[in-house]
Amino acid sequence: MERIPILKMGEFLLVSIQVDMHDRLAMTLQDDLTDRIVKTRARGVLIDISALEVVDSFIGRMLGNIAGMSRVLDAQTVVVGMQPAVAITLVELGMRLTGVRTALNIEKGMELLRNGSGDVNGHGRRQE
Amino acid sequence: MGRNGSGLADIVRKHETELLNAWVKEQLAANTLRLDLLNESEQREQSRRFLGVFREALGRGDAPDVMAPAWGDVRGMLAEISGARAKQGFTPTETAAFIFSLKQPVFARLRQEYAGSAEILVDETWAANVVLDKLGLYTTEVFQKSREEIILRQQQELLELSTPVVQLWDGILAVPLIGTLDSARTQVVMESLLQRIVETGAAIAIIDITGVPTVDTLVAQHLLKTVAAARLMGADCMISGIRPQIAQTIVHLGVELGSVITKATLADAFAVALQKTGASLSRPTPR
Amino acid sequence: MAVVRSDSRPIRSSDDVVAVRQQVRRWAVDLQFSLVDQTKLVTAASELARNTLDHGGGGSARLEALNDGSRRGIRLSFEDKGPGIVDIELALKDGYTTGAGLGLGLGGARRLCNEFAIVSRRGEGTRVTVTKWR
Repeated sequence: MERIPILKMGEFLLVSIQVDMHDRLAMTLQDDLTDRIVKTRARGVLIDISALEVVDSFIGRMLGNIAGMSRVLDAQTVVVGMQPAVAITLVELGMRLTGVRTALNIEKGMELLRNGSGDVNGHGRRQE
Repeated sequence: MGRNGSGLADIVRKHETELLNAWVKEQLAANTLRLDLLNESEQREQSRRFLGVFREALGRGDAPDVMAPAWGDVRGMLAEISGARAKQGFTPTETAAFIFSLKQPVFARLRQEYAGSAEILVDETWAANVVLDKLGLYTTEVFQKSREEIILRQQQELLELSTPVVQLWDGILAVPLIGTLDSARTQVVMESLLQRIVETGAAIAIIDITGVPTVDTLVAQHLLKTVAAARLMGADCMISGIRPQIAQTIVHLGVELGSVITKATLADAFAVALQKTGASLSRPTPR
Repeated sequence: MAVVRSDSRPIRSSDDVVAVRQQVRRWAVDLQFSLVDQTKLVTAASELARNTLDHGGGGSARLEALNDGSRRGIRLSFEDKGPGIVDIELALKDGYTTGAGLGLGLGGARRLCNEFAIVSRRGEGTRVTVTKWR
């Protein structure tokens, strides 16, 4: 059964979504991540969506869910690498990704996780 | 011989080479000649190839319906020639002259074939004329379409050139918009700004509308969507250059700026951006 | 207006939703839609296909490439024989801000495309048609 790989980078977890996910795969990812956060006591999760050319409301909700669940487990989530076309489409779609922090790339995402807050130096944003 | 309309097919089949020579001669003598764009041997080669597919299509029957599948190759070649000439800068007339200059050689040849019968000659001449007219018109149509596509593309390129995104500082981009904003232009701005944000990893983008005389609801919405998209991606976005009139318009239109930071001048916005990115500028103390 | 090309596929599983997305993407690329317009169309297709599956109990999608003289476009139709939508106006309102609730994706799909039409009756199923022009 295919799964999206979750890498451990120090005290953070990195997920790089490279495939066009069907719903089951997305749900499996949610479960796997929650598991791994607990097992590794990770302090943060980086979700790299730079390869995703389509983010619809289902994936958007998945990202929101992951952010919510990690917060409960005392970990921060940052979604990085959103493509401009995807961002424009999400705005038109009306998806606000409430509660999801975003950053332009993995490097900035890590910085955000390390600093622990969204507004230091103006890098990264937490969606309201 | 004598079956209505088959005369053209016959003479092209039997006298292709003579027709080709006579046709090229016509083209070179015409006042629509553009040797600066297409030299003699190129013209001859194009004409030779065309007569080839022309002959084959005529042989399949179906003339004068030049839109029938049997004429696909002919249309294809004319589309290719027409498109190329549109790009090279020929006029529609110069391009259609390619086909119309074939008439004289064809009519001359028909006169020889049917010298014996005036009636048949008239019928065959008319039939050939119909076919060539249709092909000439087709050439002009394709030419027009090509030109439209070229113009559209040039407009697009112009749009992109006139909306440059500049890097003011490390991590700070600005788009100084000048002139009236319409839907198309605003979208181009949106896309190029977001693209540059990704490329430079900018933390903050400033959209400056000092040079924009009026802002209507649609444009305001587009600007806000740009800001929203930039934020979704993880960068921040400010709008500067909001003159009193525009501020009034925005309020009257009931456009909600929400948490978008707006500043009266680009300089103010730049100062805020510097502060947010943790940079600072200092002036050397005067002695 | 001519339908230059047409295809139809079933929507019976979430794999089908992915397949529809990918086919719409291929067609949009073939018709040379801009990247942003491709993304909008594919996203709308994803929303509507998912609706057909989740709320309509499965159905089918029809893709049509259109040629309207000077402009080219893609028309998508999603059909199911499900329970139908009782209050279409309500369904078109967004329920996204909370991330839960309605969020049927109908309103979003409408905003992402140039033309939108919906026919739905309680107990008789639903058909949603969207068109995007290049």
